[in-house]
Amino acid sequence: MLNRILPFFLFIWICLVIIGAFLYAPLAEGLGELTRVLYFHVPTAWVTVLAFLTGAVFSVLYLKSKSIKYDYYAESASQLGFVFCILATITGSIWAKMSWGSFWNWDPRETSVFILLLIYAAYFALRSAVEQEDKKAALSAVYSILAFVTVPFFVFIVPRVYTSLHPDPLVNPEGEIHMDAKMLTVFLSSLAGFTVLFIWMIRIKMNLVLIHLKLKEMEN
Amino acid sequence: MRTGSFESMVDAFYIFKKDLIQEFKTRYALNAIILFAVVTLTAVSFSIGVISADDDILCAMFWIILFFSSMSGLSHIFVREEETHTADTLKLVTCPTAVYLGKLLFNFMLLLALEIILVPLYFGLMDFYVRHLPLFLIVLAIGSVGLAGGGTIVAAIIAKASSRGALFTVLSFPVLLPLLISGISATRIAVNARSFTEASAELQTLTAYGVVVITVSILLFEFIWNE
Repeated sequence: MLNRILPFFLFIWICLVIIGAFLYAPLAEGLGELTRVLYFHVPTAWVTVLAFLTGAVFSVLYLKSKSIKYDYYAESASQLGFVFCILATITGSIWAKMSWGSFWNWDPRETSVFILLLIYAAYFALRSAVEQEDKKAALSAVYSILAFVTVPFFVFIVPRVYTSLHPDPLVNPEGEIHMDAKMLTVFLSSLAGFTVLFIWMIRIKMNLVLIHLKLKEMEN
Repeated sequence: MRTGSFESMVDAFYIFKKDLIQEFKTRYALNAIILFAVVTLTAVSFSIGVISADDDILCAMFWIILFFSSMSGLSHIFVREEETHTADTLKLVTCPTAVYLGKLLFNFMLLLALEIILVPLYFGLMDFYVRHLPLFLIVLAIGSVGLAGGGTIVAAIIAKASSRGALFTVLSFPVLLPLLISGISATRIAVNARSFTEASAELQTLTAYGVVVITVSILLFEFIWNE
């Protein structure tokens, strides 16, 4: 039941977010039309991190249980994360062009998103290099956990050591959010919408994995 | 199999000794890593030529040479065990933690050997003058621990994958980049003759990185090794 209503509800929700971002939310001072990219850039970046976390959690579960389905789940999370990571990079790059004058200038935040792309690429390269299924699962699970442990260095430490032009992420040192009520409504709705979108997408992928495993079992 | 923490330390040392003896029979890893460094250094020095590069670029170049040279040698330690099919025997006699620590120690020594050759050559050829030498050496030492830690665990992954050499750099680079970034930055501070306190953020990052990566590697190594 929920599975049928959810996509419909999600569609309307995301539509409202898009309308809200372009028509309802006021523009921030000094940023002008650029404000609008915020409602899509931050949620995609957030979903990237969420997908990365999900992938690492599934990897841990695989290593603990050695049940192959968790490996497929981890792969699914990474595939989705990769897509959202590309979206976050592109929206961020548009922001950078408009606000700092160039599409890419190795700001610490840009470096960290680029590293995430590299990690995903390396993860998929590793998966393609190993043929044996359980070996592939174990090696890529270890790599994904290892990569997950080093990412905080990019996200939290490197931008602290090196000055970044990037506006503070959700939690800034003062612990407050500089947005007016209307902007905040659209922003949080978009964040929620994208999170549910990710959950919906990964649920579809997880069901596919289960069907795939079932088919394989039947073949044997 | 001995699994106690003291015994695994002793075993780790034995594995290190075994690898050292084995290495000096052929000197394959040592030759590969040092010659790679010399070749890269020559290429860099030759292409820059008489134009003197400024210190900021030289610091970055130094770490790039160090990174890529280590990539040419660090994976050898596990690949050798797989190629000679000795990994299974090792599995029988000792626990994974001992193997990881022994190999880590060997790779760390390999990096130190590389640095003993590379640093004087780099200073001489590139006209690289470090005003705060103790800071530079400490950065190098802590950096090598992290580099060896990250390199060793990725080497273990690579040795089990079918395409060995090609993937090592690809897999290591994203994992080792925090180390490279803070290493380069700390070296810049050392070059400009500043104090230890100014490099404290970088030193903390380097140390934290080494500790985190080695701890996680010890926890995860078992899953690769017994695969």
